[in-house]
Amino acid sequence: MAEVMLPMKMEMANDPSKFTSPDLLHVLAVDDSHVDRKFIERLLKVSSCKVTVVDSATRALQYLGLDVNEKPIGCKDLKVNLIMTDYSMPGMTGYELLKKIKESSAFRDVPVVVMSSENILPRIDRCLEEGAEDFLLKPVKLSDVRRIRDSLIKVEDLSFTKSINKRELETENVYSLDSSVPLQLKRTKI
Amino acid sequence: MDTLVSQLQRQFRDYTISLYHQGFLDDQFTELKKLQDECSPDFVAEVVSLFFEDCEKLIGNMARALDQTGNVDFSLVGSSVHQLKGSSSSVGAKRVKGLCVTFKECCDSQNFEGCVRCLQQVDIEYKSLKAKLQDLFSLEQQIVQAGGRIPQVDI
Repeated sequence: MAEVMLPMKMEMANDPSKFTSPDLLHVLAVDDSHVDRKFIERLLKVSSCKVTVVDSATRALQYLGLDVNEKPIGCKDLKVNLIMTDYSMPGMTGYELLKKIKESSAFRDVPVVVMSSENILPRIDRCLEEGAEDFLLKPVKLSDVRRIRDSLIKVEDLSFTKSINKRELETENVYSLDSSVPLQLKRTKI
Repeated sequence: MDTLVSQLQRQFRDYTISLYHQGFLDDQFTELKKLQDECSPDFVAEVVSLFFEDCEKLIGNMARALDQTGNVDFSLVGSSVHQLKGSSSSVGAKRVKGLCVTFKECCDSQNFEGCVRCLQQVDIEYKSLKAKLQDLFSLEQQIVQAGGRIPQVDI
């Protein structure tokens, strides 16, 4: 099976509505607790996010295609806007997962939020130093999820419009903007 | 006129309030209820069911670990207690969570008798909560079957 790395412009043309509504934020949630997985999944769905839930850091790496020491395949096809991971998990911890994600070229820019039932300052500091976007105490609140989601939408909007600008300077006639009105609206906003 | 529905609703309201006042449930249970809606009408029952499965499994692990007379792995017991504390916190099972705090302390100080006592208490407590929530959910069903709406209870 040949995995084609889709250039960003094609990806955007295929899915012009991608960043125009909050509904399509895709969150990968990682937690070894079945109860907590059910809970975080509901919090995210209620906040209009698409959710993928896995029960371990190893499975998260598999899902992201980072589990082997090879170049990740098809990473451009997989759009994950946010990773939320529990800290204490058997095997690989959320902290170790955070490090692996930040070391990867494909996913280092994906915000990672760490969750824990324990309010341990050195732990929090360590995660933030390693590049975690935020550290949430469990049980996670709906307001926490909404706050993070809202800040991400703003960021996505920004990077989307920036990359539109960049591509327009670099190439010509890239977009077939037919009836992709939202796309055009984004452009005129700049 | 005191209809069946209003009787059931009053029972439901009183029972819910008593569960909170007696410390069986806390705010987090209220948060779970807020996440339930027409699209996900059984959310609370589903989460709570997973919690009770967790209780059974983890208590089993703890019992087995404590059964290794003379060779008890207290860190293993402690890790199961930690997990139980986490799930009880996530569903608002206040008493179970409180017992886990004490239990964890016994594990940390390798207090065998203390651990055995805590294990017994946790077992009794989760089963008690399970029975009470089953009664609560049953009341909800009866209200709906009688054509009524489940009242919003402000604690």
